[in-house]
Amino acid sequence: MATVTKQQVGNVLAKQGILIAFVAFMIAFTIANPKFLTPDNILSVVRSSAILGVMALGVTFVVISGNLDLSVGSMMSFSTIVVLDLHDKIGPAMAILAMFAMTLALGAFIGFLVGYLKLNSLIVTLGMLSAIHGLTLTYSGGKNMDIADKEGTWFSVFGQGTALGIPVPILIFVALAAFLGLMLSKTPFGRKVYAVGGNGTAATFSGIRRARTVFLCYVMSAACVATAGLIQASRSLGSQNTVGQGLELEVLAAVILGGASLLGGSGTIFKTVIGVLILGFIQNGLLLIGLQFYVQFIVTWVIIILAVWLDIAAKRGKLWSPIA
Amino acid sequence: MKPGTLSKALKSGAIWGFIVLELIFFSIAGEFLSLSDKAFMDWENMLLLLKQSAPIGIIAIGMTIVMVNGNIDLSVGATYAIAAIVLLDSMTWPIFAGLGDWVIPVSWLLALAVGTVLGAINGLIVWKTGVDAFIVTLGAMLGYRGIVFMFNGEQPTSHLNWTLVDFAEAEFLGLATASWFLLVVTVAIWFLMTKTVHGRNAYAIGDNREAAVNAGIRVGPHIMINFAIIGFLAALSAVVFYSESGSVNPNDGQLYELWVITAVVLGGTKITGGAGSVIGTFGGVIAIQLLRKGLGHIGADTSTVNLVIGLILIVVLILDRQLNVKGKEELKV
Repeated sequence: MATVTKQQVGNVLAKQGILIAFVAFMIAFTIANPKFLTPDNILSVVRSSAILGVMALGVTFVVISGNLDLSVGSMMSFSTIVVLDLHDKIGPAMAILAMFAMTLALGAFIGFLVGYLKLNSLIVTLGMLSAIHGLTLTYSGGKNMDIADKEGTWFSVFGQGTALGIPVPILIFVALAAFLGLMLSKTPFGRKVYAVGGNGTAATFSGIRRARTVFLCYVMSAACVATAGLIQASRSLGSQNTVGQGLELEVLAAVILGGASLLGGSGTIFKTVIGVLILGFIQNGLLLIGLQFYVQFIVTWVIIILAVWLDIAAKRGKLWSPIA
Repeated sequence: MKPGTLSKALKSGAIWGFIVLELIFFSIAGEFLSLSDKAFMDWENMLLLLKQSAPIGIIAIGMTIVMVNGNIDLSVGATYAIAAIVLLDSMTWPIFAGLGDWVIPVSWLLALAVGTVLGAINGLIVWKTGVDAFIVTLGAMLGYRGIVFMFNGEQPTSHLNWTLVDFAEAEFLGLATASWFLLVVTVAIWFLMTKTVHGRNAYAIGDNREAAVNAGIRVGPHIMINFAIIGFLAALSAVVFYSESGSVNPNDGQLYELWVITAVVLGGTKITGGAGSVIGTFGGVIAIQLLRKGLGHIGADTSTVNLVIGLILIVVLILDRQLNVKGKEELKV
């Protein structure tokens, strides 16, 4: 009887552990500093998490399909630099279109390599991280990009505008999360993504075109990255070549925190959003209680490992690993 | 010929063929494009290349063991930075003030011990919790980097000890100190992997973990030891590099994991574990350093180098896959 209860507790922890941790976190921080749970603060945290969040939405698809994407950070730098450069040359609307086309082409290339050629996604995207970084530097000639007329352009609306009192980046993040969440849970394509990640061979036998599904996941991830790059470019209206460097890790951390298994087949958009928010609130909360900015790295490390550990421990019904 | 022999020979020889190709290409291209009038295949230049390969190379040799084991370590860059800080800072600690230059071995040991412990922590977590090494070391990459930043904020940590610099710049039998370290590490780990029980077990675990467990191999301790070794080697790499430079920035070592993994994969180690060789990795390290140097020699900038390295990694993967697919088809027949 006792073991059953333990198992049940484990199951609840595994399914809702990340939510419970999130709530506990919020309570602790609010007690430590009452400023934490004010609408202003919440809004500012969500707004600063929007770029990371949009990227994490796309990577969730890739991870559920059983693959990885380490190139999203440098791809984001690329799209930011491209759209800023083209803004003055061919106008904002055309610049956005051209940037999306180029970023999607990069995503399609990765999708082709991983989906159709079946190469290891970790190594492919590691290589692409380096290659796209080089591409960005070559494109910009190593210089930072700036928009000439920073006051008079409507381009700034994506990063700085507000609608109904809510910052536009948040609206984009929420709309995209809702759209992709529905796509993942309600459409045949979403079910194929889970099937391919859960058991690729079984998916192939049941007639799912595995290569195409993986390919589309990478294209979708690239679309999210381009959107994030657009927000980033529009918010700052100028950028360095390295703006997205290291973001791939935070993105992956958010997706993992949300409980998506790196082995594929599990995870949801909603949980990724929670993962993104947790990262954002940790960062913010630690700053508010006066801890050094860098402590968040260490806290993130501990939380990632705890979250994944509890998740798999609940699945196997044992806290410690069976590795001999 | 036994099935797969050709592909095996192709794979183990490929990296050296690639190095020869690079040498020919850069020598010829250098004649026409180079800004300097010195030839690329100058003896001095090649010795310098070996020395410059040392920091990445020493870590890559360690990464080979971990990847043969079926794991990966993404935290090496951060471990490298921590060890460098411990090395440079501990020399100025008051408790060591009376030691004079004898502080050098003490600081070295401290740095190496810290690296080993950090590596062992990764290994222990992988062993005891069963969380995938990729996630554990991804987290550690953030966490260890946080420790680096907590030490001195964004300020560099500097301490130049001239005795140490003299040692690091010394040459023995025509080779720089750093080159010697790289060669000794390569030989030592090659010996460990091919001639000892621990090495054979590492291959067995990477090839099929369950079979290894059934065969009575204690998988967990082996994993932990291998992570401790890569932590030690990351620290050793820092010791070799920072003895000479004397100043470490908190961002140092970032993206090292990329270079290291690229070198290991170029050298023919399988990402899924069970196959790979230390000598191949040594070739991979030389190939990458040749590429960086060669591209610089013919006037390409860092951006082009990044682009080319990334694309080459992908091409190697495609080639590797073609060879492997062939092998598998032959097996089926």
